Amino acid sequence: MAPREVFSSTASNPLGRPKGLWSALHLDPILLFLLIALISSGLFVLYSGADRNLDVVKAQGVRFVIAFVVMLVFAQLDPSVFRRWAPWLYILGLAGLVAVLFMGVGAKGAQRWLALPGLPRFQPSELMKLVVPIMAAWYLSRHFLPPRLSRIGVGLVIVLLPMLLIVRQPDLGTSLLVGMAGLFVVFFAGMSWKLIGAFLAMVSVAAPVMWFFGMRDYQKQRVLTLLDPQSDPLGAGWNIIQSKTAIGSGGFDGKGWLQGTQSHLEFLPESHTDFIVAVLAEEFGFVGILLLLSVYFLIILRCLFISVTAQDSFSRLVAGALTMTFFIYVFVNVGMVSGLLPVVGVPLPLVSYGGTSTVTLMAAFGILMSIHTHRRMISA
Amino acid sequence: MPWGEFKDTAAERRLFQRRVTVMLVVVFLLLSVLVARMYQLQIVEHDIYTTLSDKNRVQVQSVPPPRGLVYDRNQVLLAENRPVFSVTVVPERVGDTGAALEQLVSILDISDEDLERFQRRLREPRRPFQEIPLRYDLTEDEIARLAVHRHELPGVEVEAELVRYYPHSELTAHALGFVGRINRDELQRIDPVNYAGTNYIGKSGVERFYEALLHGKVGYQHVETNARGRTLRVLERENPVPGEDLKLHLDLRLQARAHELLDGRRGAIVAIEPATGGILALASVPGFDANQFVTGISVADYRELSESKDKPLFNRALRGQYPPGSTLKPMLAIAALDSGAVTRDHTIWDPGHFQINSAGRRWRDWKRGGHGWVDLTYAMAQSCDVYFYEAAIEMGVDTMVDYLARFGFGEDATLDVSGALSGILPSPDWKRGTRNEPWYPGDTVNLGIGQGFMLSTPLQLATATALIANRGEWVEPRLLKDIQGDRSADEFLPSETHEPLQLKNPSDWEFIADSMAEVMHGVRGTARAAGRGAPYRMAGKTGTAQVFSLAEDEEYDAEEVRERLRDHALFVGFAPVKNPQIAVAVIVENGGGGSSTAAPVARALFDAWILEFSAAAGSLISKTDSQSETP
Repeated sequence: MAPREVFSSTASNPLGRPKGLWSALHLDPILLFLLIALISSGLFVLYSGADRNLDVVKAQGVRFVIAFVVMLVFAQLDPSVFRRWAPWLYILGLAGLVAVLFMGVGAKGAQRWLALPGLPRFQPSELMKLVVPIMAAWYLSRHFLPPRLSRIGVGLVIVLLPMLLIVRQPDLGTSLLVGMAGLFVVFFAGMSWKLIGAFLAMVSVAAPVMWFFGMRDYQKQRVLTLLDPQSDPLGAGWNIIQSKTAIGSGGFDGKGWLQGTQSHLEFLPESHTDFIVAVLAEEFGFVGILLLLSVYFLIILRCLFISVTAQDSFSRLVAGALTMTFFIYVFVNVGMVSGLLPVVGVPLPLVSYGGTSTVTLMAAFGILMSIHTHRRMISA
Repeated sequence: MPWGEFKDTAAERRLFQRRVTVMLVVVFLLLSVLVARMYQLQIVEHDIYTTLSDKNRVQVQSVPPPRGLVYDRNQVLLAENRPVFSVTVVPERVGDTGAALEQLVSILDISDEDLERFQRRLREPRRPFQEIPLRYDLTEDEIARLAVHRHELPGVEVEAELVRYYPHSELTAHALGFVGRINRDELQRIDPVNYAGTNYIGKSGVERFYEALLHGKVGYQHVETNARGRTLRVLERENPVPGEDLKLHLDLRLQARAHELLDGRRGAIVAIEPATGGILALASVPGFDANQFVTGISVADYRELSESKDKPLFNRALRGQYPPGSTLKPMLAIAALDSGAVTRDHTIWDPGHFQINSAGRRWRDWKRGGHGWVDLTYAMAQSCDVYFYEAAIEMGVDTMVDYLARFGFGEDATLDVSGALSGILPSPDWKRGTRNEPWYPGDTVNLGIGQGFMLSTPLQLATATALIANRGEWVEPRLLKDIQGDRSADEFLPSETHEPLQLKNPSDWEFIADSMAEVMHGVRGTARAAGRGAPYRMAGKTGTAQVFSLAEDEEYDAEEVRERLRDHALFVGFAPVKNPQIAVAVIVENGGGGSSTAAPVARALFDAWILEFSAAAGSLISKTDSQSETP
């Protein structure tokens, strides 16, 4: 059970040391404070985005309670537990993804949910957002880093397999997020810049191929709409035009809480789920956006600090990859709502209404806290 | 576990730290991109998006002004506005109009006619986002049923609209006219701003003539709407200026009496108050219910009205052009006296016919054996044709036409009566111009008794009669008496253009008035039966106009042909002879003789106006008016 790297120096940063009660609970107070700040202010925006529907806020509150419990549980587990379970979780996840393809349920032409008798409905793809980086980290950290080319190849296969299965559902957004999580592990493991360059070149070649063979019409439409929203102002372009209008009309300090006309008069679609950042931008303006992005930046900073101070390679890779996945969520969501990126179904983490991603994200933060706090016990 | 390999943990840590540093830079750069993007949208392009946002939510709606009301001279409401609930469709918001209509048909009772009309309006040019009415006059029950399904039907609304209503429509349709939906031609003509919220426009009569006054000025409101176009609240409002309420000279009691008197017949009555020129009654029988036309009459109903042999839609009082016959004789007598063609004592021998030269055509007198020795008074009382044949030849056509023109024949002399026709005042020029034929002396003879080419409307006859009642003082006939509020009717009435008809010997007016009184009260007067027993003296002249022919393709049964070939009965007159309060023209189509059919009608009107209604305040005022204005 005891990690090999007992001699690693951690005393260099006293700030990183949770003490007393925090230590006993395996929680990082700084990260916890930042998360609570984000979540609680997010609930106010949600109340407005859901057009003053308190039931929506209550339902989301219940989800956060559940998600906190999940985080707390994950934080109690030693990082080595994740490492040991990694292969089995990965196989289980792959089995789930295959099962989804044959017996999944869902809506709008996509099968994403697995409803097994005796278990609550869940999305195996959501689980893979955690499992894939853990699995990749497990595989790569077994050997010295930076990994050899063959190991990188195996690592990429570990990442690509679930990606392909998720694309088949089809769920391009989740597939890319899972892929990103895995690729970040490979990147942090020390894949050489040459290879990274070659990989990026490959992707840029693959992109057109994807366009013609891999993407569904509605996905192509989203990309086309991004390039010229005015081409279909009442159809696919509506969302982008209305969210840009909401953001732009917010101005420097916004229209005021609950005063956003775009969302309250129902011009803005998905105003409490994927497009909630437009509500915030409309009602709290540029100031609100700066505050929000600052909170995200601080969370990412703290998490990267946890990654750097982690005691073993596995922990570092997992922590780094989960942190960057979290950032990708933020960037893709805000980017799509502000019209920089195509509309893919990525929620604003910990603010958008919705249960599954919240639980997954909080589980990830649980893993990060586990990595941070269990190190403490050993060195103390 | 393959942990046997040597691991340089410090090197791995350093490698990881380098990679995290790279990622930190990437995170920072990408977040900066987001901030820059937000700066661009929220600060740089803020104004653009504010405009877009306001355009989204704020819509300018026009608020139509309530149309002015119309009252008769006794403040009886003739035209009002009634709230009507209708279901309207905004095609731009509905999306699939066909599906929405299908659903509406299943909810409401919508006839094929409604649908047809809707489709027609859909094809017609209109303002974007303007609602198209689908069905009018929804019942409470239907409104409730629609409310249940409203959320499924975006762009479908129940609208309360003020719609014109004529409470006495059968009586007033021809006098008031009516409003109807704005049609394509009118859409080109009207001010699109002022009519932005208006669906109706005056189509005829007072409603048409005083359209600008009745309509008022449009108001605006800025309303906040949601994405589905539903109005949430009013942000700003500029109230419309309601149309002016009009008061007409018309007296509904007299109008009703006129209709009663002509009931079952076809004909027209025009009654004018000589002192003011105010039209007291303007009846064309049969009438129709103008309310049907307001929201759009059904094809079947319209066909029934327009194809009826009695022509209820035809306004006989303004547009019926009849030969005036002997009712023209008072005006011709004035012409003959004033031009010197005859004197008051001039006497002729009437053998029962008239010839221009001994070998020529004989013009018959209506009395077979002739009247014997006849002077002007006798000729008027007995309506002696030969006397007027001779006078006509003596005057010549030009003199006659000059005088008749001074009486308002051959023109529309009214100030504000929309759609009045001018009849025909024939002259040599007219005949050459329209028929390319020379004027024969025989034409002059025919004109001498109001026959031949001469045509006049009942309104023209009443106008000319009022001129005699006024002893040559011109007061153009008019409908508008007053505008409620500060403004005066004179502001809106066209200016009066007629010079008074001044005779060389003004006492000739009295002479002719007396001769017309002989018609009513003289022992030989043609209308002495109608004039008998009156407590006041009245002046009049009977007339009979020949019905020329029926169109060959018209099919009537024998009984009806006989009835429809009978002469039109005419009468003009005024009462009392001194200080006249009313001048009338009566025509009863196919009524036979003027003395037997038309004169009693006029007598009844005189009695009603002078004896029955005089107790009313309005009549008393007009009596004093007339005393002060007539010499």
